Amino acid sequence: MDFGPHFLIASLEGAITAAILALTAMGLSIVFGVMRVVNVAHGEFYMLGAVIAWWVAHLIGIHPALGFVAALLLAPLLVGVLAAAADKLILQKIGYDPDRTIVGTIGLLYIIQQSTLMTFGPDARPVQPPFNTRLSIPWFEFGDNGFEIIWPWGLGTTSYKLFVIFAAIVILTGLWAVMTRTKIGLIMRATQQDNEMARAFGVPVERVYAWVFGLGAALAAAGAVLVVPIQQAHYLMGGDPLLLSFIVVIIGGLGSLPGTVIAAIFIGMSDGIISVFFSPTLAKIIATLVVAMVLVFRPQGLLGKANP
Amino acid sequence: MLEVQEIHVAYGQVNVLYGISLSVKSGEILCLLGRNGAGKTTIMKSIMGLLPLTSGTITLNGTAISTLPAHEIPRMRIGYVPQGRRLFPELTVSENIEVGLMTCQEDKATRDWVLEIFPRLRERLTQVAGTLSGGEQQMLATARALCLRPQVLLLDEPTEGLQPSVIEQIRQVIVRMKQEGVVVLLVEQRVDAILSIADQVSFIENGRNVETTDAASLRDDPDKLKRYLGV
Repeated sequence: MDFGPHFLIASLEGAITAAILALTAMGLSIVFGVMRVVNVAHGEFYMLGAVIAWWVAHLIGIHPALGFVAALLLAPLLVGVLAAAADKLILQKIGYDPDRTIVGTIGLLYIIQQSTLMTFGPDARPVQPPFNTRLSIPWFEFGDNGFEIIWPWGLGTTSYKLFVIFAAIVILTGLWAVMTRTKIGLIMRATQQDNEMARAFGVPVERVYAWVFGLGAALAAAGAVLVVPIQQAHYLMGGDPLLLSFIVVIIGGLGSLPGTVIAAIFIGMSDGIISVFFSPTLAKIIATLVVAMVLVFRPQGLLGKANP
Repeated sequence: MLEVQEIHVAYGQVNVLYGISLSVKSGEILCLLGRNGAGKTTIMKSIMGLLPLTSGTITLNGTAISTLPAHEIPRMRIGYVPQGRRLFPELTVSENIEVGLMTCQEDKATRDWVLEIFPRLRERLTQVAGTLSGGEQQMLATARALCLRPQVLLLDEPTEGLQPSVIEQIRQVIVRMKQEGVVVLLVEQRVDAILSIADQVSFIENGRNVETTDAASLRDDPDKLKRYLGV
C-alpha cells in the first residue's frame, strides 16, 4: 500500500482512539474541574465499564446487538452508581482534602482491580459488535490513464468503528448541552466556581459532588463499552486510558472542557498514527514529552486559565 | 425575628466566636461594628451554616435554623451578600440571577422585580460577571440575594470600594427592604454611612459582643465609637 492510503487507515485508527479518549478524559476533567479531586481510580472505572459490558452482553446472549445496547445503557449506569457510592463512603469522609483524595483513589484503584481479577478472572474477553460490516474506502491515483478512483486492497474500515466515532460525538454533544443549557449544568458550573457560595444559595454541594463523580465514571465506562468490541475486556486495561486521560487533561488545561476535547483529538490522532507507523510505545513517549513541554512553557494548559 | 443565642464557633481548633448573641426584629437594621478580625464575617457565615457551631442556637421566627444542613438555610429566605461579592465569575449576569432564583424556586416575576431595582443589570444580562465593574458586581451580588425574596438579608461590607452614587443606590435598597419588613444584618466599616440608617448597633470585639445599643443614642454619644473602634 502507498503512503496515502496507509496514512488514511492510521488516521481512522487515531480517530477511534481520540473518540474514546475524549469521553474518558472528559470524565476525569469534569471531576477535577468541579470537585478538585484527582481521581487516580478513573482508569478502573473504565475497565469496570468494559467488564460489565461483557457480563451484560454475555447474560443477554440472544443477539449481539441487543446485548450491546443493554451494555451501553447498563454499564455506565452501574459504574456511575458505584462511583457515587465511593464518593459518599470515601471522598466525603476525608473532606475532599487534595492529598488524601489521591491516596484514597489509589486504594480504590487496587480494590476495583483486584476484585475484578478475583471475579472476572485474568482472561481477556471479547464482546461482539452489534454490527460489523466491512466498508472499503476508495483512493485515487494519477496513473497512465490520468485521474483514477481505485479500491486498494486492505484499505477499509468497519461500520462499527465509524459508529464509535459517531457515538462519542453524540455523547459529548449531549454533555455539552447539559452543561450549558440546563439547570443541572448551571448548578454544576456554579459549584465549580465557588462551592461555598453555591451552598449559600441552596445548592446541596455534597449531592452535586456525588453526581459529578458518578457522571465522570459513567463517561469513562461509556468509552469502555464502545471500545470492547474492538479491544476486549481485561482487568488491567485501565492503565493506558488513565495515563492518556491525565496527559489530555494536563495539555487541555485542568477543568477546561473544550481544551479537553481538543487535546483528546490531538493526542488520540497522534497516538493512532504513530502506533501504526512506528510503535505504540513511541506514541506514549511522545505524548509524555508533549506534557513535559506544556508544563514547562504553558503550565495552565492550552485553554486553562492561569491562576491570578 | 432572627435570634442568635450564645454561639461559639471555631475554625478547626481555633476558637473565633465566644458566645455571640444578637436579636433583630423584622423591619429592623442591626449593624455589626468592630475592628478587622473581630469576627463579624464569621458571624455572617455561621448564620448561613457555612461554619459549624460548637454551641449555641440560631432561630428564625422561633424555628431553629442552626440544626439544618447548610444548603437548606438559604431556603428559609435568608439572602447573603458576602464580603468581596463572591459572584460566580464565569457565569453571565443572567445565570448568576438564575442561581439566586433557584434557591427558593422563585419565578420570572421575581426576576423582573430584581431587574427593576437594578436596571443597569438588565443591560448587562449576557455579560460574564467577572468582567463587570465593581459597582455592577455589587449590584449583582445584592440582586442575587434579593432573588430569594428574603425575610433576612445579610450584607457584609456592601459598600466597600464603591463610588458614592452606587453606595447611595445600595443604601436605598437596604432602607426599602427594611420598610418591607425584612430583617437586615449589616457589617460595615464606614460609621457615618450606618448611623443614619441603622436601628441598633452591636460592637464586636475578639469574638464577643461587648455592647449593643440604639443607633440613636450613639449619634448623641460618639465617645463609644472612639472606645471600641478607635475612630
